[in-house]
Amino acid sequence: MNIWQERIHVFMQYTNLLKQLVKRDLKLKYRRSVLGYVWSILNPLLVMLIMTLVFSSIFERDAIQNFPVYLITGRTMFEFMTTSTNASMRAIIGNAALLKKCYVPKYIFVLAKVVSSMVDFIFSLGALVIVMVFTRANVTPYILCSPLVMMQLFLFCCGLGFFLASLNVFFRDVQYIYKAITTAWMYLTPIFYPINRLEKSLRIFVKTCNPMYYYVAQFRDMVYTGQFPGPRIFWGGWIIGIVMFVIGIWVFKKSQDKFILYI
Amino acid sequence: MGDNKYVIDVDHVTIRFNKANAKVDNLKEYCIRLMKRELLFQEFLALKDVSLKVKAGEAWGLIGTNGSGKSTLLKAISGIMKPYKGTITVNGNISPLIELGAGFDPNLTARENIFMNGAVLGHSEKVMQEHFDEIVEFAEIEDFLDSPIKNYSSGMKARLGFSVATMVSSKILIVDEVLSVGDFLFRKKCMKRMEDMLSGGTTLLFVSHNLDQVRRLCDHVIWLDHGETVMMGETEKVCDEYQSMEDEDSPFNQKRRARKLARQQAKEAAK
Repeated sequence: MNIWQERIHVFMQYTNLLKQLVKRDLKLKYRRSVLGYVWSILNPLLVMLIMTLVFSSIFERDAIQNFPVYLITGRTMFEFMTTSTNASMRAIIGNAALLKKCYVPKYIFVLAKVVSSMVDFIFSLGALVIVMVFTRANVTPYILCSPLVMMQLFLFCCGLGFFLASLNVFFRDVQYIYKAITTAWMYLTPIFYPINRLEKSLRIFVKTCNPMYYYVAQFRDMVYTGQFPGPRIFWGGWIIGIVMFVIGIWVFKKSQDKFILYI
Repeated sequence: MGDNKYVIDVDHVTIRFNKANAKVDNLKEYCIRLMKRELLFQEFLALKDVSLKVKAGEAWGLIGTNGSGKSTLLKAISGIMKPYKGTITVNGNISPLIELGAGFDPNLTARENIFMNGAVLGHSEKVMQEHFDEIVEFAEIEDFLDSPIKNYSSGMKARLGFSVATMVSSKILIVDEVLSVGDFLFRKKCMKRMEDMLSGGTTLLFVSHNLDQVRRLCDHVIWLDHGETVMMGETEKVCDEYQSMEDEDSPFNQKRRARKLARQQAKEAAK
């Protein structure tokens, strides 16, 4: 019990650092750009526009109803996962100079990256709202449940971020291979195509083994289709998120004392 | 034996690095070495069985030539490195000045960096707001508050770093050869500030190659060489002995030569 009190005490002491780090990320992201935070909304809108133009000519238009909303719901979720894990993967080696000179709980840096990506993600939901208004998408009360999916995804990204951050300290190859992995991962997630387009064995694989499927599908159910997600993906999403979180924290905690020798 | 008597208790600490592994940070290297069986340990002891007990309010100087383990000892005390053997107990919060402005982000302005660095030291935003004016005044940077730190000279950065780290009182202050960049007036101001903190009950660990500063500030000194304690005790005695190193035939140099010879012989014997 005592050790947990101690841990909570340390965390409380450094919440200000967490806040300052998140503030820094957000401030520096758009410093010296004319439009500033508007880019967080504008960027997904532009990408959505281009992808809609490209893919509506590849797939028959009526295959997916209201393709822009279908696309942007999937893409914002996936984009949050890639940006947060990419940033947190570099959180430890990027702050090497500081970590070598001053004692700070290291996990704060990883957590700060995921939190600042989350804030950016919430801004980008503005783009989703704009697209929904523009396409006269039908809005149901189920949209109010979407924070539940975001919590699951947040846990998942924290876990994956912690795992990648520790691995990256020992093998810098991780950051290069990860780029390829996320590309493959993106194509294996039904972001711009409907899941039943995949052949049966691949479809079953994606539906069971791709964590992002659970989050994208839930989010789409709530926002796009207007229904509460089925119990398999809902509880599956929670379980995957929590398991990843525990694995990430465990790996990080096991290896963090050795970081100093490799950064 | 009241354990709480000491603010810092370093008990027979050994710190080990793995020289062989230090360079391996990618998979290819790892596999090659794994095949060549070179992953085995090439150990390097940065500190060997060092003990140091510091009471509240004492000022300890750490002296020794480059690479003698001074910074490693400070890193171990501030918790950055974990000892391989032995234990380190610290009672109280540490304000580390191992390198001034370590927590500065070059792209943020001085104002933002003050809050950032305060947060790195574990202070709340409220505390920083209370001390903000004092910090700026002490560092004498009022005119440049809103320009990014990357445009600052190293001296100005050092001023700001020192002023953030010493403004909010902490129980232990660690200073590692950082005052060398400031101009002499600012150095004087810093010495004065550290003396004030000392009389206010702060414990100081001070690394410097400037023995005059050490003599002025510290009441005790520990002299390290190749990770081992050569001597510890009162400032004057240890400093005098340390300075006698200039003399080629001092007892310390004779011992050192003998040790070097022994190491070489051991290496040749191993071949």
